Amino acid sequence: MSKFVLKLYITGHTPQSERAISNLRRICEAELNAQFEMQVIDVLEHPQLAENDRIIATPTLIKSLPPPLRRIIGDLSDSERVLLGLDLTPLS
Amino acid sequence: MPSNNPSMISKLATGIPGFDSIAKGGLPEGRTTLLAGSAGSAKTVFAVQFLAEGVRQFGQHGVFVTFEEAPADIRRNMASLGWDIAAWEAEGRWAFVDASPLPGETEVIAGAYDLGALLARIEAAVNRVGARRLAMDSLGSLFSYFENHALIRSELFRISTALKLMNITAIMTAERTQEYGDISRYGVEEFVVDNVMILRNVLDGEKRRRTLELLKFRGTNHQKGEYPLTVLPGQGIVVIPLSAIELKQRSSNTRIASGSHELDTMCGGGFFRDSIILVSGATGCGKTLISTEFAASGASGDERCLFLAFEESRDQLTRNATGWGKDFEDLESRGLLKVIAAYPETMGLEDHLIAIKMAIDEFQPNRVAVDSLSALERVSTVKGYREFVIGLTSFIKHREIAGLFTATTPRLIGGESITEAHISTITDSIILLRYVEMFGEITRGITVLKMRGSAHDKEIREFSIDASGMHIGQAFRNVTGILSGHPRHVEPHEIKRLDTLFTDHDEG
Repeated sequence: MSKFVLKLYITGHTPQSERAISNLRRICEAELNAQFEMQVIDVLEHPQLAENDRIIATPTLIKSLPPPLRRIIGDLSDSERVLLGLDLTPLS
Repeated sequence: MPSNNPSMISKLATGIPGFDSIAKGGLPEGRTTLLAGSAGSAKTVFAVQFLAEGVRQFGQHGVFVTFEEAPADIRRNMASLGWDIAAWEAEGRWAFVDASPLPGETEVIAGAYDLGALLARIEAAVNRVGARRLAMDSLGSLFSYFENHALIRSELFRISTALKLMNITAIMTAERTQEYGDISRYGVEEFVVDNVMILRNVLDGEKRRRTLELLKFRGTNHQKGEYPLTVLPGQGIVVIPLSAIELKQRSSNTRIASGSHELDTMCGGGFFRDSIILVSGATGCGKTLISTEFAASGASGDERCLFLAFEESRDQLTRNATGWGKDFEDLESRGLLKVIAAYPETMGLEDHLIAIKMAIDEFQPNRVAVDSLSALERVSTVKGYREFVIGLTSFIKHREIAGLFTATTPRLIGGESITEAHISTITDSIILLRYVEMFGEITRGITVLKMRGSAHDKEIREFSIDASGMHIGQAFRNVTGILSGHPRHVEPHEIKRLDTLFTDHDEG
């Protein structure tokens, strides 16, 4: 399995942001066998990064590797759709 | 209510030509205004121009949030209107927040979200350039992008509230599906904004007509109704404020020569300095002659005249004038006359109006002759024509210029034209030229129907045209029904009888 490079954009450390971070961590650890790099970016601190990636809604997860590039919007509470977005089919 | 009341919302002058006068000062300051319009109604131009005029005229910086077109497209499209957005970006006077769709990327929604990132980016851009103005174009794309419309509406409300706290004056644009119907497609107006404007681009009698309506400006005053507008290259949107024009011009008692001594006498001593004179008559009965004499007669007193010809070419006019003993070429070379000849079809009526205004501003004439005003009827709708005539007459009166307009009546004998119906109440003087058929012969008749603020000759006089111009002669005697087009010879003894009809008789 190739390595996943993930960027999670959040706006401030709100309960919604925290939920997205913990959901992402849980899914990655369960599905990706530690084969991932995860970066959390707060738009309030780095508006220019959000500008470059044209982030409108948060939380937004960007999978830059492996291709194709994907965006997943929301707090990632819907695990099935997250896996779909990451081009992974759930185990079992 | 006095305008210095602190509880009243102040206005921010947009700098968009004509807009601030119909909006009674501009957009409500520190508020968000919705600009709704159908496809092709120039919403984006208006939104960009709102920022551009701020940068150019007032040193107010702007942030443009684009949901639809990419910033590169906007920079390129607006360059034709004379706005160098890239230069302003480099100078830190303009910032884009690019929220345009990414091509070829699919998105998955997996859980709850909000537009916090958009707001954070807007706030960062506002702070970076020190913006006072902001435009968001257009909200429809946002709604088609995200399924949860209730959430988008509440997020837009959050954004407009944040803008209010930052004292930003903003425009949000939104689509309309019909020109007359729901204000906007996603019901934004009910939730998000206090102020609503509508841009329209209506096809009316095969003619496109752009208008702007200020639907509501909560807590402030504005003009009601639709105002025509046009988009000019190198200039952008120009709103034509019609009823907003105030009737405050002074009325002068100075008389000016009409170019014909007999006509001056009929008018009680000439036309008034700042009056509008309408000359109405059928084709070929002397309207162009009166215009020519009017244009040339100012020259003796060093008055400049702008001659706008919509029926004849320059060469034709000059030749006609020579035939009547007036040397147009000489007058033009001395800077006392400027002839502009154009076919009405060359542009829309709004554009004609603006071109005329620009010509007046440039040449600074004392007199303006338009021959004929009614030729412009055919390039517009009735409503558009009415607005044009009102716009032109009020502009001329405002400058205290004497304006002589001609109108062609559709029928040879008698009759009245649309032009007369539209402007007869605005004009100060009306002169009628009529063909009169008597005993198998056609002669011409002239009468002064109206002369505001002055006594005038009430008779219908016969006139003739020769190489030295117009010659007004005697009044028609023993004839009745000329104006209605049915002249009738009346026996002299009958007139005598009528004359005595209302004189008192001795009783007995």
